Amino acid sequence: MTRYMIIRLGQGILALIVGTILVFGLARLTGNPLDLMLPETATPEQRQQMAEYLGLDKPIYQQYFVFIGNAAKGDFGRSLFFYRPVTQIIFERLPATLELGGTAMLFSMLVAIPVGVYAAVKREKWQDSILKVFAIFGQSVPSFWLGIMLILVFAVSLRWLPAGGYGRFDEHLILPALTVSTFSIAGFLRLTRSAMLDTLSTDYVRLARIKGLKERYVIWKHGLRNALIPVITFTGFVLVNAFMGSVIVEAVFAWPGIGQLSYQALLWRDFPLIQGILVFSVALFVLVNLAIDILYVYLDPRVRFTRD
Amino acid sequence: MKDLETMGGPRGDSDTKMEVSDALKTTRKKKGKRMGFGWRFYLPALILAAFVLVAIFADFIAPHNPVKNHLADSLTPPFWQEGAKAEYLLGTDQMGRDILSRLIYGARTSLIVAALGVFLTGIVGTILGVLAGYKGGWVDAVISRAIDVIQGFPLFLVALVLAIVLGASLFNIILIITIMFWVGYARQARAETLQIRESAYVELARIAGCRDFTIAVRHVIPNLLNSIIVIATLGVGSVILLESGLSFLGAGIPPPTPSWGSMCADGRSILTTAWWVSFLPGVAIMAVVLSGNLLGDWLRDKLDPKLRDL
Repeated sequence: MTRYMIIRLGQGILALIVGTILVFGLARLTGNPLDLMLPETATPEQRQQMAEYLGLDKPIYQQYFVFIGNAAKGDFGRSLFFYRPVTQIIFERLPATLELGGTAMLFSMLVAIPVGVYAAVKREKWQDSILKVFAIFGQSVPSFWLGIMLILVFAVSLRWLPAGGYGRFDEHLILPALTVSTFSIAGFLRLTRSAMLDTLSTDYVRLARIKGLKERYVIWKHGLRNALIPVITFTGFVLVNAFMGSVIVEAVFAWPGIGQLSYQALLWRDFPLIQGILVFSVALFVLVNLAIDILYVYLDPRVRFTRD
Repeated sequence: MKDLETMGGPRGDSDTKMEVSDALKTTRKKKGKRMGFGWRFYLPALILAAFVLVAIFADFIAPHNPVKNHLADSLTPPFWQEGAKAEYLLGTDQMGRDILSRLIYGARTSLIVAALGVFLTGIVGTILGVLAGYKGGWVDAVISRAIDVIQGFPLFLVALVLAIVLGASLFNIILIITIMFWVGYARQARAETLQIRESAYVELARIAGCRDFTIAVRHVIPNLLNSIIVIATLGVGSVILLESGLSFLGAGIPPPTPSWGSMCADGRSILTTAWWVSFLPGVAIMAVVLSGNLLGDWLRDKLDPKLRDL
């Protein structure tokens, strides 16, 4: 048990280290930050001064250690565009992204899990086939196009909802949340269905049926509760994506979250900001995955005994 | 099972011979039925075939030059709307460029990206996956951690960062697709190689004196080809979605080359007056991605039911 946890933690830290090296290297690939920050008329002395001020005169591995040391303290430097600490800007944008991502995730789980169970129960029947085609459909629609079409119908033609913008938990949320949900509903649905099919063919479900339990209990209590375990893994994946925001959807709906921020940061070549967002997201991914692994152990006793 | 029993029966007996050939016939028939070439195969296969043909023969099909402006005819509506012109079947955009022709040439862009992207990711992913699974040790450790790290990044954001850092071009888009998508193949190839490595036929090949390379090429790769084909077919959709998403944000295929994603973006600002400029390219993307996914789903059921979680 403990050994398994330590191994997972070690793997997570390794992924984080490699991730930060990649992000750091990527930012350096883009060219000298001095060229971005100083006018072309800067003298060599001024460039030297600026390099010393930014720590760019040190060898690259030392720069990395400085970067990682500051990052560990939550300091990713200052944004080149906003002239404010990167961490501060990220935390300002986080609520809007969490609002959109959280709503979309909750909505897609509420829709997809019951429907996925239904599809598994109706396995290979016409209801199952129709739901399958719907799920494939949901995974095939480009989100930018879906967003534009929703705007066209509900904002431009019907004038029911705003075409974009942000207001805390009001009608602005509906169209972007629908757009984000379409993809994750499809994912949750297919996953729930296949997990349900696996549990419905196990011995304990057969036993529950043999002892005469009502089908309703067999499906929802014995079946779904066990089928939810693999679904949780996907939840973690969706959660991280929700956290980082959907770049496209936030751009289409002018939603002031992390996704839009990263797009703007890229357009302005604001590399400290992009670095901060990427490291933040990798760290988040490692953390969420670790949390899910720990959750797994508590939810599924089999893991506790077999992985020792 | 019954067929096997009859085939294992005593030889020489004419009745049994008859039974054997009958049994073989029914098995063959059953197999044909099991492949089930129904609408789930024909519909997506036809759409994809049309897409490929249109992309290849774009020069002969397209009625206009896709990048030529006809400013006098800008924002002509498609044929079912009032004010349509016969020479622009699907209307024009704000520059007066023929949308049908742009869609046709956009198909070429998407086909190049999808074909090269899927091909390269498949090859890189399979080789690295087989290497990791077969060699084990530090090779496996390095490749597996690389898979973990790449899957740990938010896919679209990293692709966008790379596209802007490296610069928008067809070559870079395919490079980015390869960097981001090889992991799916590698994971599957690694997992299956681990199983195949333990099998009796690999053991026998080794005893017979086969070198590792021969075993990998002759015995391992042919046995995981089914899964790779399924993942590749499903990958067509994700590759096209990624490319069109990047192009939509202006970080993909650089203008004036027509790309369905950037065509969608062109229509955003004129949604109230000329909705078709955004609408039509999206339909094209959806038709191709949906076909790829439907075909991949069908193939998965037929070739490899154990992959159904993908």
